[in-house]
Amino acid sequence: MTTPASMNKRERRKAFAFVLPAILWTVAFFVVPFGFMAAMSLWKRIGSKIIQTWSLDNYAGFFAKSHFVEGLANSIEITLIVTALSIVLAYPLAWIIAMQIPERWQRAALLLAILPFWTSYVVRSYAWMLVLARNGLVNQGLLYIGIIDDPLELGSTRTATVIGFVHFFVMLLTLTIYANLRQLSPNYARAAADLGAGPIRTFIHIILPLTIPGIMVGAFLTFALCIGDYITPQILGGNNELVLPQIIMLQIGRRADLPAASALAIILMLVVSLVYVLCARWLKLERA
Amino acid sequence: MRGTWANWLGAGYAAVIYGFIFLPVAVLVLFSFQDGRFPIPPFNGPSLKWYQAVLADSSLTDALVNSLLVALISSAAACLLGFLSAYGLARYKLPAAGFQRALIIAPFTVSYLIIGLGLLIMFNTFGVSRSLFTVGVGHVVINTPLCFAIIYSQFGDHQVNIERAARDLGASDLQIMTLVTAPMLLPAITAGFFLSFTFSWDEFIIAFLLSRFDVTLPVEIWSLLRSGLNPKTNAVGSIVFLFSVFILVVLELTVFRKHKAQ
Repeated sequence: MTTPASMNKRERRKAFAFVLPAILWTVAFFVVPFGFMAAMSLWKRIGSKIIQTWSLDNYAGFFAKSHFVEGLANSIEITLIVTALSIVLAYPLAWIIAMQIPERWQRAALLLAILPFWTSYVVRSYAWMLVLARNGLVNQGLLYIGIIDDPLELGSTRTATVIGFVHFFVMLLTLTIYANLRQLSPNYARAAADLGAGPIRTFIHIILPLTIPGIMVGAFLTFALCIGDYITPQILGGNNELVLPQIIMLQIGRRADLPAASALAIILMLVVSLVYVLCARWLKLERA
Repeated sequence: MRGTWANWLGAGYAAVIYGFIFLPVAVLVLFSFQDGRFPIPPFNGPSLKWYQAVLADSSLTDALVNSLLVALISSAAACLLGFLSAYGLARYKLPAAGFQRALIIAPFTVSYLIIGLGLLIMFNTFGVSRSLFTVGVGHVVINTPLCFAIIYSQFGDHQVNIERAARDLGASDLQIMTLVTAPMLLPAITAGFFLSFTFSWDEFIIAFLLSRFDVTLPVEIWSLLRSGLNPKTNAVGSIVFLFSVFILVVLELTVFRKHKAQ
């Protein structure tokens, strides 16, 4: 940006030498492996051998096998529920931290809200297992108060998966929505108040629309991370209702079917890319 | 008055959500001190025997050392790659700079499962056996974009004059980069390093797919989960949590505070 455009060849070579290691690393260990995976998705496993046949059978096989399609449907359903719930729960908290807590305590309040983020990912799901188990805290508490007579089956259910996910994404979204709210000039709210709008009308007609782009970015992040996650559904959801990453891991592990796993991974990636394109397009329309 | 009513409502809501956020961590840490075989109510204790059990378990302590090693080395490598590329792209006008930036950032947008699967297939094809080394390679892939983005965002025109002054005073390119530019960007480099460190330290799926005999801590904890609810898992989970919070507090008190003061 500050160097003259007429950079000589030697200079340019030197500059490129700085960037080259990162480029080479990314190509060797990200682009090329992806190519291998894409090729693998077109091959076939017969017995314990992998035959290099080049066909779309693995992709056709996906739609032919109902438990694969169900896995994708489960993934999408759970992810949509989690994204919606997390936004609805996180927004008010971010609002309270940004608007009601005194300025100098805000950073502390925010750090506190994301502290459990730093528990190990595996351990966090395990901790929810402790809370939701048949003889865990929630069941024993409810039995003690007398609301229920028999323990609820909370562990190894979709509910447990959703709770585990929502816990994680409420923290993440509180952070992003807070940042969004802080960027808004207080003058908008002031102007609305001067024109006679009450706090609720100001929120619905001024603040909420202004934060929607930020919410969409957070929602996409939630969607992408949630739909690609294996740990939370595996630990909390059990084996009753598999999601796509669990099915991929089954192909890699128990079935040693890398071609099928690759095809499923690419389908997963296409779904995320599709949602990304939709979000980006919507945001562009919103801005225009 | 309306204001106080809203404040009480807000405080109540915040209390409920904070409670939800802290519930699993509180249960995890509390029952790591359980004096009994199950980490569920009623709580008997406190007892440190599960912490002793963790320290006596060599597969856990080995995994902990492995995790530290992989995290340290892979974060240092990711920081180096990130810093060099950020320097090159911020200080020089390169052809197709936008494409180069996009390529370096790309791994950040793809799920870890897919990165791990791709590497697994490639390493299988070339007959590279799975080890802590291959796990480290994967962790550099996921953390380089992070380091690049953090460091690149902190390059600005205000440092250029200082670099120019150093050049006028006869410093070589290498001296300028290591003695002038890198120290000025130290907060960003440190932040990148520690963030990468915690990501690598906590990463499961790539480590699971790319390791074999020597494993990292999350993978070892994963195999511990097969034994069901066990206070030992609580103890090791609490140790990991306290360690991460410790890093976070150090980071907050040193790097970010200084950064804010500037």
